[in-house]
Amino acid sequence: MEILTYALGALSPVNLGLALVGVAAGIIIGALPGLSATMAVAVLVPVTFGMAPESALIMLGAIYTGAIYGGSYSAILVNTPGTPSAIATTFDGFPMAKRGDGDLAVTLSTLASVAGGLIGVLALLTLAPLLAQVALSFGPVEYFWLAIFGLTLISALSEGSTLKGFIGAGFGLLLSTIGVAVVGGDTRYTFGSQVLLGGIETVSALIGLYCIPVLIDLVATPEAHLKVDGEQRGIRLREGLGLAWLGKFNLFRSASIGTLVAILPGAGGSIASLVSYSEARRASRQPQTFGKGNPQGVLATEAANNATVGGGFIPTLVLGIPGTPPDAVILGALLVQGFRTGPELFTTNASITYTFIAGLFLATCLLLPLGLLIGRYAFKSIITIPKALLVPTIAFMTVIGTYAIRNSISDVVIMLTLGVAGWLLNRYGFRPSPIVLGLILGPIAEQGFVQGFLMGRASGAMFTTFFGGPISLTIIALSVVSVFYPIVKERLARRRGDPGSRGSHKEASS
Amino acid sequence: MRVSRSSIGLAAGIGMAIVTSLSMVASANEFPSNNVRYVIPFGPGGESDISARLQQKYFEEITGEQLVVQYMPGGGGAVGWSQLKDMTADGYTIMGSNLPHIILKPMGKDVGFQAEDLNNFFYFHYSPDAILVRNDSPYETLDDLIQAAKQAPGVVTLSGSGTYSANDVANTRFQQLADVTTTYIPFKGTGAAVTALLGGQVQAEWGYTTVAANHQDKLRMLAVAAEERHPMFPDVPTFKELGYDMVGGAYRGMAVPEGTPVEIRQRLSDIFQQINQNPAFQQKMQDLGFVLIDVPLEEMPEFMAEQRRVYEETARELGLID
Repeated sequence: MEILTYALGALSPVNLGLALVGVAAGIIIGALPGLSATMAVAVLVPVTFGMAPESALIMLGAIYTGAIYGGSYSAILVNTPGTPSAIATTFDGFPMAKRGDGDLAVTLSTLASVAGGLIGVLALLTLAPLLAQVALSFGPVEYFWLAIFGLTLISALSEGSTLKGFIGAGFGLLLSTIGVAVVGGDTRYTFGSQVLLGGIETVSALIGLYCIPVLIDLVATPEAHLKVDGEQRGIRLREGLGLAWLGKFNLFRSASIGTLVAILPGAGGSIASLVSYSEARRASRQPQTFGKGNPQGVLATEAANNATVGGGFIPTLVLGIPGTPPDAVILGALLVQGFRTGPELFTTNASITYTFIAGLFLATCLLLPLGLLIGRYAFKSIITIPKALLVPTIAFMTVIGTYAIRNSISDVVIMLTLGVAGWLLNRYGFRPSPIVLGLILGPIAEQGFVQGFLMGRASGAMFTTFFGGPISLTIIALSVVSVFYPIVKERLARRRGDPGSRGSHKEASS
Repeated sequence: MRVSRSSIGLAAGIGMAIVTSLSMVASANEFPSNNVRYVIPFGPGGESDISARLQQKYFEEITGEQLVVQYMPGGGGAVGWSQLKDMTADGYTIMGSNLPHIILKPMGKDVGFQAEDLNNFFYFHYSPDAILVRNDSPYETLDDLIQAAKQAPGVVTLSGSGTYSANDVANTRFQQLADVTTTYIPFKGTGAAVTALLGGQVQAEWGYTTVAANHQDKLRMLAVAAEERHPMFPDVPTFKELGYDMVGGAYRGMAVPEGTPVEIRQRLSDIFQQINQNPAFQQKMQDLGFVLIDVPLEEMPEFMAEQRRVYEETARELGLID
């Protein structure tokens, strides 16, 4: 019953107010491209030093939850994932918005985020010490294979030609090698310029590759940004609830995947939402409608990425190893407040821990009313602002957002260059997602491989190092299935002479 | 009378210089009269960030102004340090400065800055290097690990953060001093390196006292590269006690852009020295595993020269320089 006491403590009027402010601020910051959850949390940390520890923790959790959710607005309404974990939200969210269902997509994302967030927090509350062991069983070799598995998802995800998807991923992998290598310390592909020393920053690449092409198209074509048909209510809650109920298994599966994958420090968010997206598509009866505005796609990714909030805190609190960058900032704040991770978590530190978890729970619940309200406003402003005003506003925000990531003007230049390159490549059928996937997974694969190689050489058993562990073998098997499943399925369908399936394949590869 | 344009320019320049230097002297006493921007050339959540966050509160107590922490991560600090020279040199912008990074990074390649470009005004602490193992490790003492490495060169694996980093340097020095060969496996950051140790992927880790403080229940240290035993770990010997002349780790301080007036640098040095003397600050730093040092402005050249000598020796061993 101790837990209840702490939970009630979290519900004091002051803390409730702080959570409300935190969630709202988080949503707005997260919705602006470039302003990430990490930044939102980092800015807030010094403010919380003056507060009571409980209030500080509640506010930090609230702003984090809000910011992760807020990223879905820019993904749905302007095709720009605010964080890597929102990449897959653009796949179906933006097509929905284009055809006039932007309000429905935002509502769905709200419902999915609340559901996913609650499942993640529940796992943190009940299974944390157990699940933390999962993080430890993943060594360099497992990370290497996980990154390879992530890359194979391209064949499942790429709308358009699979070959072009792999070429795009190759390009992304090359981009990821730019700068000073973490392992080995070599300087690569900087062409003598100091601008490229720090490498290509992922979020600025996201903004460039996703948002700039949308802006160019807006300027180049006379059509309106999003289609608006007749009456726009802004919140389509009844319809959204209906779809969410239809997709309840999808929601639960995606949130579970999100929680589990988020436990792996460093790889979490982006892989979690991609895996749940491809699983949702595989399980669907109409896989061909994914990528063209299927509401279940939005449900899957948003449930997964808000589940990563709770999931990511599992290694952070139990092992002291931050699961995601915002976790690292919050852990820093906890250390400054005198918190220690480890077994003291649920004994000496129980009050801090439970208050924090209660705060996350509270913030996730607050997402529902606040998200619907702010989402409605965001949607209305995007559709009512005239195009002549919308384009410069978004363009301005992309520049500011990119600059703010690490206070660097060279990131802005890189963002714009990638944006124009992305627009050109898009015209030839190369989509941004495989490129970004390559950029994110490249370093994970490379570091894992080199570390595994060094370990293998030290132990004198290279083969068993890479192919020995049960986890490695499972991931390898999953990768093989992921690559060959579409091909085998198509062969089988052709042999049976199923015209529907063949037709859908043609459509997918056109 | 014909006055050339350049002489007018020169006169104006001299005039300006006099006025500014006068106003600088006056302002040094009142400095700071505004918030000071504290740029950390790493991402948030790391030790540079945490120690800066601890300074924040006391800076405000002393000066009445805020210390605003910002981040400029990338290239292991190179992105920030290469931009320091272009920042406003009025004392209102200071940047975190880290050893051995600022000496090792520019060695053998152009990373946009030289160690001499950074005008360090105060170094305030270090995280001493330490060898960590899991609680259930067969290595009870440093000697156990050394014997294992002697019997089978290269088989003992140690994780650490980065290549040509403090950990890499420590491992190289240790190999020399103990005359052993180990396999050093670089990871991205201390967090990933400690995960590999906790997960049993490696047998030991090059970390710091701070890592041990954070994971007391699962890890223990074999030896610490500090002058004296750390008050938090009275049972862990220093390398020196065991006969290996190793004192070092990740040192942290602050630097200002070139051209910042000497009076302002002195004032900043005084402020941060005063923070270091605050007992509450000292206690908090110690609890996290840090060791405080005082290297004020006047002792900086000597301190840096000594560090440079030590690291150049190791860099030669690593093959970074001839």
